[in-house]
Amino acid sequence: MIGRNDYGDKEIMKNSDSQKAPVLQLKNITKYFGGLKAVSDFDLKLKQGSLVGLIGPNGAGKTTVFNLITGIYTPEQGDILLNGQSLIGVKPYQIADRGIARTFQNIRLFNDLSVLDNVRIAYHMHVSYGLAAAIFRTRSFAREEAELADRAGQLLSIFNLQNRAPEKARNLPYGEQRRLEIVRALATEPKLLLLDEPAAGMNPQEITKLMELIHFIRERFKLTILLIEHHMRVVMSICERVAVMDFGEKIADCKPDEAQCDPKVIEAYLGEE
Amino acid sequence: MSYFLQQVINGLQLGFVYALIALGYTMVYGIVRLINFAHGDVFMVGAYLGYFAICYFHLPFPIALACAMLGCAIIGMSIERIAYRPLRSAPRIASLITAMGVSLFLEYFCSLKFVFSPNYLAFPRPFAVRTYQVGNISFSTIQIVVFTVAILLLVILQYFVQKTKMGMAMRAVSYDKDTAKLMGINIDFIISLTFGIGSALAAAGGVLYGIAYPQINPFMGIMPGLKAFVAAVLGGIGSIPGAVLGAVIMGTVETMSSAFISSTLRDAIAFSILILVLIFRPTGILGKKGTEKV
Amino acid sequence: MKFHRILPAIVVIGAYSLLQALMSSHVLNPYWQQIIQFAGIMTISALGLNLIYGYTGQFSLGHAAFYGLGAYTSALITKSFPQGGIASLLVALPVAVVFVGMVAFLIGLPILRLKSDYLGIATLGFGIIMKVVFDNADAVIPQMGGSRGMLGIPKLTNFTLVFVFAIATIMVIRNFVFSSLGRACISIREDEIAAESVGINTTKYKTLGFVIGSMFAGIAGALYAHLYTFLHPSNFDFLKSIDVLLIVVLGGLGSISGTVIAAVGWTFLLEGLRVVLPSQILDWRLVIYPLLLIIVMILKPKGLLGGLELRFLKPSLDCSDRKE
Repeated sequence: MIGRNDYGDKEIMKNSDSQKAPVLQLKNITKYFGGLKAVSDFDLKLKQGSLVGLIGPNGAGKTTVFNLITGIYTPEQGDILLNGQSLIGVKPYQIADRGIARTFQNIRLFNDLSVLDNVRIAYHMHVSYGLAAAIFRTRSFAREEAELADRAGQLLSIFNLQNRAPEKARNLPYGEQRRLEIVRALATEPKLLLLDEPAAGMNPQEITKLMELIHFIRERFKLTILLIEHHMRVVMSICERVAVMDFGEKIADCKPDEAQCDPKVIEAYLGEE
Repeated sequence: MSYFLQQVINGLQLGFVYALIALGYTMVYGIVRLINFAHGDVFMVGAYLGYFAICYFHLPFPIALACAMLGCAIIGMSIERIAYRPLRSAPRIASLITAMGVSLFLEYFCSLKFVFSPNYLAFPRPFAVRTYQVGNISFSTIQIVVFTVAILLLVILQYFVQKTKMGMAMRAVSYDKDTAKLMGINIDFIISLTFGIGSALAAAGGVLYGIAYPQINPFMGIMPGLKAFVAAVLGGIGSIPGAVLGAVIMGTVETMSSAFISSTLRDAIAFSILILVLIFRPTGILGKKGTEKV
Repeated sequence: MKFHRILPAIVVIGAYSLLQALMSSHVLNPYWQQIIQFAGIMTISALGLNLIYGYTGQFSLGHAAFYGLGAYTSALITKSFPQGGIASLLVALPVAVVFVGMVAFLIGLPILRLKSDYLGIATLGFGIIMKVVFDNADAVIPQMGGSRGMLGIPKLTNFTLVFVFAIATIMVIRNFVFSSLGRACISIREDEIAAESVGINTTKYKTLGFVIGSMFAGIAGALYAHLYTFLHPSNFDFLKSIDVLLIVVLGGLGSISGTVIAAVGWTFLLEGLRVVLPSQILDWRLVIYPLLLIIVMILKPKGLLGGLELRFLKPSLDCSDRKE
């Protein structure tokens, strides 16, 4: 079945059967860096629409898991399935095309480019005109460029960044930079969004706004979200489930309040408030 | 077979001279991430200083060598102070272009008539040259001097870098400049010192080159400088043993290509090997695989 | 049509007409005619490198090799048709350019995956290998002349041709850069990992930028060959690659207008010094030039225009790059 979502974009609506299958599945993932086992026999299942937290002390391997999912690293063992399709050996840009978007622990914006351009670049994979059209400025090029600028502008407006559109990304205040990174990720029209410590460096008010934002985008864009966080307030309030890692292994996978009581989790460094 | 071994020895001789230049490149790159294009020209100035020390001041070889090394150390440190230090916080390419400017300046300034003049000069041999036979292979005093001086300097350098406090400071700065600063290390001093030592070694290379291949001119530093730089990259830029390894490989490959294949193609062969090595080992033979934190 | 679009067109046509008139009436002697055309040729070559390095962030130190390939290839073709006149050049150009593009593609495949400084060294190595090839090519293709040089190339380049190609180059690169493909290239310069994470095939776009940029070097080389009518491998060594890099950095990376200004300025600086210096100290020309270079870099490390673009080049749709 093909229907249209809020943006008027085509979207294949899953029938009820496949809605039960996990959007993302990691099976027995193991990753070595030289002699170091960074991730060990890691399993994870994410259902469509869920909001799951990935927590654990520093160095537990959480960002490595993200990098494995997005194809930056290849696991030595195990499989990663997106809607049943294996992602092993698939290049990062192809994985983005298949519907996984992410943000980075240390913000990776296109610093010298405008806010608008940062978002427009993320739409690139949906652009249909080619080299000749760009060079000769055909009518279809002009039309698509206008549409592109329009969509990017609309997306920025949803997140109150439209006034920043012409400014260089490096000049934005920190909180807006984090927001822009999320907006850019959303511009790729993902099914699964990986957020790597989105609350890092934020004050309590900003964190509250962030949590609202995460809820909002999950609803609005029909996303599945996997979130790495150290701020326990965030994890406890918005995550339906948490997977806890320590030394590359999963030591718990349960509801947040259950994790709080789990002795293994307590023993591992639970993270700071 | 003996011809082959003879060429190996010639190759090693050239390789050790390249090593002395390559060390300057690798140490400076390790500490400020700059490809110091002017380094080959410091090598050239060193050769000329040695020339004047021997020809005009009639200094004995070791003193002449020391004077050339000291002179170039001062020149190298001055260049750093005047041309590179102001650009330390600027984009790296700006320092690179400035280095090219310094290189051109040194070459053309030295080729002015009242300086060194653009003509080729014959470098004197400040000691008696004798040939020794070991089986079918001949060694000359020149080769013995080159090997001895080069190895001696390398050993001293290695000791300095690994076993002294200043050497440790140099290594610290090359790993993480900001943290080293926080630990109380005087960054400016260490960087100057690095340039000074690198330039002194290049000067030694220049004097030895002059003795071994006795024609010098103001543009003599371009190709050896380039090859020494390539050698440093080949061995893993930033790695001192890597620079020596890369230089020895470059020198040997160049000499062997010249002897067994064709002397006109020798540069192409050397650089093709470079490209092949980089394709399979992108950070050089002994280079650290710099994994970017994602 | 907006005013700020008509004005540059008028300026361009006006400049062309003025210069053409000065040349036809011999106010500008043949020496200066040649220098002006050379400035145009350097502009084309530098714009190509700006695409590769300034926009896509690929540090290439072998640009002169493609310049040389374009020169030799087109010269071989036109020399095969001695009565061909300008038509033979107009045929030789696309053939040479396509050939240069293919070579760039082939060398790009293995080396574009290297990081910054290492890519520079690999391209430097490629440039040196090409120079050795040019030096020894006469063993295979005698007309190329090897280290004796290639003579007798028909003088087919004229000011109109250079001017037209220079303007065309500016427009093509400008249109490329202000499009999604151009933005994809720029994103690679900014942050390759982030670019991949939003679906940009970085290998494809690095290669695209490198091939297109090198093809412009090929065009410049072809025009050069038919201006100076004599080619020698030493015109295409790594020092020439450094000259182009210098121009691109001086103008400001990622600025078309900066590159154009720097290319023209650099050509006239070198020639101007020749004119200005009294003959006794003429050999100081190449001492003063690097000193000026060093001073400019220390004073303006981001280049003369600092990466900013003259407003008329930017599309009106674009609300980016506000002047700061």
